[in-house]
Amino acid sequence: MERIVIDPITRLEGHGKISIFLDDKGEVADAYFQVPELRGFETFCEGRPVEELPRIMTRICGVCPEAHHMASAKAVDAVFHVEPTPTGKQLRELMYSAFFASDHATHFYILAGADFLVGPDAPVAKRNIFGLIDKVGEEIGRRVIRHRMECAEAIALIAGRQVHPVCALPGGVSKPLSEQERDRLEQIARDAVKFGELSLQLFGDLVLTNPAYKDLILSPTYAQQTYYMGTVDEHNQVNFYDGDIRVVDPAGKQFARFRPSEYTDYLAERVEPWTYLKFPYLKGVGWKGFIPGPESGVYQATPLSRLNAADGMATPLAQAAYENMYDTLGGKPVHLTLATHWARLIEMLYAAERMLQLVQDPQITNKDVRVIPSETPDEGVGVVEAPRGTLYHHYQTDSKGIVRKVNLIVGTTNNHAAICMSIKRAAQGLISADKPPTPGVLNMIEMAFRAYDPCLACATHFLPGEMPLDLWVYDAQGKLLYRVTR
Amino acid sequence: MAKPQIALYWAASCGGCEIAALDIGERVLDLIAAADIVFWPAAMDVKYADLEAMPEQSIDVCLFNGAIRTSENEHLAKLLRAKSKIMVAFGSCATEGGIPALANLTTREAIMRNAYQATPTTDNPEGLRPQMEHAVLDGHTLTLPEFHESVRALHQIVRVDYSVPGCAPVGDRVWEAVATILSGDLPAPGSVLGAAQKTVCDECDHKRNEKRIRKFYRPHEIETDPTLCLLEQGVICMGPATRAGCGAACLRVNMPCRGCYGPPPGVVDQGAHILSAVGSIIDSQDPQEIEEIMAGIPDPAGTFYRFSMSNSLLFRVRER
Repeated sequence: MERIVIDPITRLEGHGKISIFLDDKGEVADAYFQVPELRGFETFCEGRPVEELPRIMTRICGVCPEAHHMASAKAVDAVFHVEPTPTGKQLRELMYSAFFASDHATHFYILAGADFLVGPDAPVAKRNIFGLIDKVGEEIGRRVIRHRMECAEAIALIAGRQVHPVCALPGGVSKPLSEQERDRLEQIARDAVKFGELSLQLFGDLVLTNPAYKDLILSPTYAQQTYYMGTVDEHNQVNFYDGDIRVVDPAGKQFARFRPSEYTDYLAERVEPWTYLKFPYLKGVGWKGFIPGPESGVYQATPLSRLNAADGMATPLAQAAYENMYDTLGGKPVHLTLATHWARLIEMLYAAERMLQLVQDPQITNKDVRVIPSETPDEGVGVVEAPRGTLYHHYQTDSKGIVRKVNLIVGTTNNHAAICMSIKRAAQGLISADKPPTPGVLNMIEMAFRAYDPCLACATHFLPGEMPLDLWVYDAQGKLLYRVTR
Repeated sequence: MAKPQIALYWAASCGGCEIAALDIGERVLDLIAAADIVFWPAAMDVKYADLEAMPEQSIDVCLFNGAIRTSENEHLAKLLRAKSKIMVAFGSCATEGGIPALANLTTREAIMRNAYQATPTTDNPEGLRPQMEHAVLDGHTLTLPEFHESVRALHQIVRVDYSVPGCAPVGDRVWEAVATILSGDLPAPGSVLGAAQKTVCDECDHKRNEKRIRKFYRPHEIETDPTLCLLEQGVICMGPATRAGCGAACLRVNMPCRGCYGPPPGVVDQGAHILSAVGSIIDSQDPQEIEEIMAGIPDPAGTFYRFSMSNSLLFRVRER
């Protein structure tokens, strides 16, 4: 038997290793995705004052610290039995929407974009932002950089800093928004909406009209029928910041709908001896192994899962895009892993529209952004949708608010079993005795993985590689900052 | 002249340092123009085997972020040290342990028991735990790195030439540090780059008086005056014991400093340093009263050493 190891998986957030085992005939016998890392946040947060957790938990992930900051803040609200003021809540959601708009763009354009728009079997040196700019044009490349910078500016205005925000306190946020800041945020939000529309148009023009790419999306190699999870508002529309958690079965029928505080009734996590990361599954179905279908408790919580689990989007442009995707792909639910990229762009447009709604609300500049808690702290659960999946923070404290117990189910972890299954399925579809693995095939196996977990991406993809390049870079005011020619 | 060869690596970290590197924004393009990035697993299609194949000392500069938590982290630290002429500890975790080093306040066994047995959603009736070696299929073994008892900073494993503090380092400061190294005009070994010689208080807009305090408040317990020093209003702020460089970013949104830029020049133990600063503003001479006032700080170890546990004189809790 032969063993192929892809170690480390590049262009993903966090550490990981894929091992593919071939049998004597050169066919794939099994594939493993291991996470060789554990840091122990659940344990070392014991003994800390609970109000500090929003500032500690951010360090779980430097790519989505905003998600941990928000889930932690909501858990701490619950621990203190305090409801943020309306403006405090809006400011949190506004910051969070800017984060989603940025994060989804980063992933699509830099990480997955290179696979898709440049081509999955393109040379390594082309599978990066430069290759992408070659393909889509310099204008759009500049627009991507500007979008990302503006969203970062919006986050920092509210949260103090972009990497590892600090604004959330139990009962609200630490600082009100000035009129001047509001005006700037509105400008950023308007640009973000335009950028969201442009991105969907680009996806339509470059991917959907290309038969080879469309076949790739529709290929059974990248399909997986499981349960789907996402947070919905009172109208069953997608919401990132607040709501109930809804789960639909592989046929798209509602299987469960629950409050964040009830999550332990619905979810359990399995331990395997070959990886440090656990495998969450639906308690009501049970763990049946790494298999898809209605009999298996495996579920997914991705952008596509959120759309599958909801009845629609709460903003008009995103709703139209939502309808278009399901019409094109043959109705709900969609099981095609690579359609996750399409769903991500729809969510990006929603995040931008939501940002604009919030910043235009007259009460967004109210000074009343915080409530000082008065009740005895004890226990609370906070849930938000992280870009990579539903994020659960659960804290128990003593009567002084010192942490006793912590439980976390983190975005990507929800998808751990599905990721393992997708990798194996892709490996089986792409490698066989007469099709031995090539670098392009290995990249296509990694694509199965990347659809779930956006990576760092962005400018990290500015890699060496000597392709012809003439890139002009402007700041938010349109001033030329740099011109790089090679 | 050949371009300098640069490597970037993350050990036990969150990825925020990599994002900080991106925060140098379009200047990443300048970096690419000035240097070749030869190893960056977060971003490039390169694998460990590629690194092992490189000659010793062939990488000019390695920017290493993350703490040393597992045997894999340690192995890569040693490997990159051997391959690199200049080793830079990048960010709080590599420099002083960072948030992961709060785990030195607990034990490996407690972490394992919690993660794989105790939490309310864990379903593990057989008591399975991840194994360093596990047999699968016929004759194949999957391996995992060993989880160390304690979290260490990079300099506790290999020789480090420079450090860039911050969690995460601020983009502009990152660029300064990189530009300094690439200029070839190297500062003295052991220098801290991408930070200033003063403290966070020197960069903070909140006005300081000579006020003395009789009670400490936790941040959620008080509505502070956003124009005045938080410490003088009774909220623990690490500013006086923290090196400047971030522009007092947290204080700009009225949140107290937690010390991520590490101790100021000349100070080894950040916690001991803040303790003396805090002691000096307490408005009492009576030992018992002082003790009562100090009891208003609920988690001194986890607050004063929030980012610097590996470098502290405490280092870790001891079993009794």
